[in-house]
Amino acid sequence: MLVMGCPEVPVQMSMVIYLTHKLKKSGWDVTVAGTDAAVKLLKVADPESYYVQKTVDLDELIGDVVEKKVDFDVCFAFMHSDAGMTYAATFSAISKAKLYAVVFGKNAEALGESIDYPAEKIVAKATHNPNPLKNKIDKVIL
Amino acid sequence: MSCVEQMKYKLHLERTSFKEAREYIEKNSDEVYYVDPGYKIFKDYYIIGVPPVAMGVRGNEMLFTYVKPCHGTFVMGIDSEEEIARLRENEKKKIEKSLKKGGLKAKADSGPAPASYGEMWKK
Repeated sequence: MLVMGCPEVPVQMSMVIYLTHKLKKSGWDVTVAGTDAAVKLLKVADPESYYVQKTVDLDELIGDVVEKKVDFDVCFAFMHSDAGMTYAATFSAISKAKLYAVVFGKNAEALGESIDYPAEKIVAKATHNPNPLKNKIDKVIL
Repeated sequence: MSCVEQMKYKLHLERTSFKEAREYIEKNSDEVYYVDPGYKIFKDYYIIGVPPVAMGVRGNEMLFTYVKPCHGTFVMGIDSEEEIARLRENEKKKIEKSLKKGGLKAKADSGPAPASYGEMWKK
């Protein structure tokens, strides 16, 4: 499961497509969750669903996980703001998935430090250039 | 869009951090209850939050945090005696559960009663 935060920072969409591709090549069944805007951006960027086949509305997904209709083995939660960090805390509490907090943006370091729930942190001060974040994601071993 | 946004609500705090929203609820409520993230209110809203998630009661109004990914955290207030009653009931159940746990533990720890003062001091 990949959970997208607010799509205003450019590296997020790039990394979501990259990570989905990478996970699928390793045999994972990947679902991407996000707000209506984030999912629209993803679908326009990948019109034939070559990289991402399964998408879900973020708030609907939270309801389904709480009601135990669905759960995942691994969750990558993308965040660059306090709200994104709060959503990831919710997943940490409601899901059994191993949680990776993917923290980026101008305040990545401070935001990363504010995470005090169980999560493996992947932190890079990246906004326009995805490579610092990509390099850290490449080091994650699943 | 959650059903909460279609209800009659008051916004007490807008576009803030979750921590500040929690502190606002703690300082401005007559009663404060703590719930787990994912606690369901009204028809279909599951509370998003970093534990401990505070919910407040002020008169007939329930105060709670509402998080939107692109806009931050809001403190909303909605009049609902039904939801307030559910919050209180939830708290009561939590206390009863912890008392039961404590009771069982106390029983397990206590063992047989000492037969003499000497035996009591040995413990």
